[in-house]
Amino acid sequence: MIAMSTRAKLGVVVASAVLLGSVAAGYVAMAAEPAPTPPSATGDLTVTLTPGPRLLAITDRHVSTVATSDPAGPRTVAGLECLRVYAAAGTGVCLKPETAWSYQVVVLDAALRQTRAVSVPGLPNRARVSASGRMVSWTTFVGGDSYTSSGFSTRTGTLDTRTGATVASLEEFAITRDGRGYRNPDVNYWGVTFTADDNRFYATMSTGGKRYLVRGDLAARTVETLKENVECPSLSPDGTRLAFKEAVDADPAKGWRLSVLDLASMRVTATAETRSVDDQAAWLDSGVLAYTLRRDDGQPDIWSVPADGSGTPTLVIPGAESPSPLT
Amino acid sequence: MYLSTVSRPVTDQPGSGPRRHRFAMVSGNVVALGTVSLITDVSAEMVAAVLPLYLVLGLHLSPVAFGVLDGVHTGATALLRVVGGFAADRFRRRKLIAGIGYALSAVAKLGLLLAGRSIPAIGAVIAVDRLGKGVRSAPRDALITLSTPPEALGRAFGVHRAMDSVGAFLGPLAAFAVLLVVGQSYDAVFVTSFCIAALAVVVLVLFVRERPSGEVTDGPTGAKVTVREAFGLLRAGPARRLVLAAAMLGLATIGDGFVYLLLQRREDLGLRWFPLLAVGTSLAYLLLAAPLGVLADRIGRLPVVTGGYTALGATYLLLAGPVDGWPLVALVLTLYGVFYAATDGVLIALAGPVLPARLRTTGIALVQTGQAIAYLISSVLFGLAWQAFGPETAIRGAAVAVAGVLLLTLLLLASPSRSTTRKVLR
Repeated sequence: MIAMSTRAKLGVVVASAVLLGSVAAGYVAMAAEPAPTPPSATGDLTVTLTPGPRLLAITDRHVSTVATSDPAGPRTVAGLECLRVYAAAGTGVCLKPETAWSYQVVVLDAALRQTRAVSVPGLPNRARVSASGRMVSWTTFVGGDSYTSSGFSTRTGTLDTRTGATVASLEEFAITRDGRGYRNPDVNYWGVTFTADDNRFYATMSTGGKRYLVRGDLAARTVETLKENVECPSLSPDGTRLAFKEAVDADPAKGWRLSVLDLASMRVTATAETRSVDDQAAWLDSGVLAYTLRRDDGQPDIWSVPADGSGTPTLVIPGAESPSPLT
Repeated sequence: MYLSTVSRPVTDQPGSGPRRHRFAMVSGNVVALGTVSLITDVSAEMVAAVLPLYLVLGLHLSPVAFGVLDGVHTGATALLRVVGGFAADRFRRRKLIAGIGYALSAVAKLGLLLAGRSIPAIGAVIAVDRLGKGVRSAPRDALITLSTPPEALGRAFGVHRAMDSVGAFLGPLAAFAVLLVVGQSYDAVFVTSFCIAALAVVVLVLFVRERPSGEVTDGPTGAKVTVREAFGLLRAGPARRLVLAAAMLGLATIGDGFVYLLLQRREDLGLRWFPLLAVGTSLAYLLLAAPLGVLADRIGRLPVVTGGYTALGATYLLLAGPVDGWPLVALVLTLYGVFYAATDGVLIALAGPVLPARLRTTGIALVQTGQAIAYLISSVLFGLAWQAFGPETAIRGAAVAVAGVLLLTLLLLASPSRSTTRKVLR
């Protein structure tokens, strides 16, 4: 190598630092376009969560509603920013950024006013409200506390909006797996759906590389496994069926099939949606499911499909995600 | 500040070394390598800090997709590390191999931009990054041992590791600063991270010397290192004992995640505090790495490593012990930091002189790989023990394992004739 004096070497380092620094600074300056201003509400309309023939969704990170009769039509958009939203009986839940690194679960009243906020670790993933509007649940991804050092795990919590009682993580609950007591540090939960009594719930539990449908009891602080390979359950309005995502060949790497489980017979019916659905579906009514699919460029769309396996998928709200009927 | 130290004209001949070192804490080459590590770690930790955000919020990947990404890199890098180490010794190009490692990781940062939403592409990019990390550590540590007189290895590694962790500390802050300016544009973080990593490669190319004056040479320098010779390393007494000891010590170490999880459960810490536990440990590591390295040179490396594993055993015992509250948290994080500071660099400082200079990179790679594989196994075993006997029993078992392994290590390494256990030379 050519011998260089120390002074020359320092010169090269400084020149490189200046050059690389300007590349970085230039890129940062280019990327730092002002964030798009929140779309203003159309006309005099404001977003409310009062039950009615409307669909709640997220458009460009903002909470919005559309008329059920014309979901692709005009949208009412609120200034409120959420990554995930759901509402029932006038209560809403919004997973919202708090700082660049942390998120909040925010409980909303019908006028979209914040009534409670819980700071949560990790990145927002699922959010649900019980049919009565009393119970709220959420799931976040957390890094660092699973047992391979870089693996991800999830945290699922619940909040009783009437009493304020909070379960920070379902992982504290006693587990019965296949009829026997079970414990393992690798247990993770996600995707809660509440039953009508606001105490029992269904959720996904993952442990030992398998994912189970569990039925839980908040008062008793217990869960028991019901069936393997059932993820992100969503209870039908009449409480008889669960919509869920079923890993193809029980291998999530192959994608998921949106399916429906009849709780009485435990029979599974695959829906006509054959694309991989990685979402907790919402029941638009007792016969139709809505869910988010992403295009190749990452843009979300809300689709719907009949729950009984018939029909074909229909595009409901283009460019939106996180569907929830306002019931 | 570091650069001014580096820039000191290097004129020392073998023989003038000892006097110089009374003034200079460590040699210019070590400071140069430390500077490269510092800058690289800023870059690496920037990406590490935002990658989860990017994958989940930017790309909307599910946890399973992470699992796939995670599985890519664990196994393959272990073998490649030894291959890289051997190549570095065979062609006597340790700086080149280290440089390739640093360059691979730098390029991987740009790769994240190009990979877009493709999960296999992101997996490949992360694998390249890990590969770069795997390939560079052994030649880098070999260069440190080859440019430091044996009696000063402890502080050389101490200073290097301290500089390294300063970088790791600054990385997330740098990422935060960039995100503060650009909002959700993670690609700006990747580009900045690439530029920083590229600067580290420039510093490496200009300031790290392949054949530092005073390089310890033994055996015929002309002949190339052969595979047979490398295997011979595992057959010969002292080197084999070292690799064996390193692997055993790795077996006694459960994953960091477990330690923090147990601490969090014991203290019912708010979930938000969780990421700060690792920060506490790193802080202790950062502050103690250099002083414990100096101590190792003074009282011997084996005693310091022994002390480090004793601190680890104490950490485990505390997690199932009677102390509670914030004292427990502070004590556990400090002791855990002591463990890292007293073992990470010091173990390589201990290994260095035992390994013949011409096979040093291979030997260091073997030690590091043995440790890494053992660590992986112990984490799985601990998971199973937790499941079978509950967390308290499992952690007490781990403490017993530390004590047992430490005893075996002492028997392996502390034979009275072994010069490495005490101050070398003189």
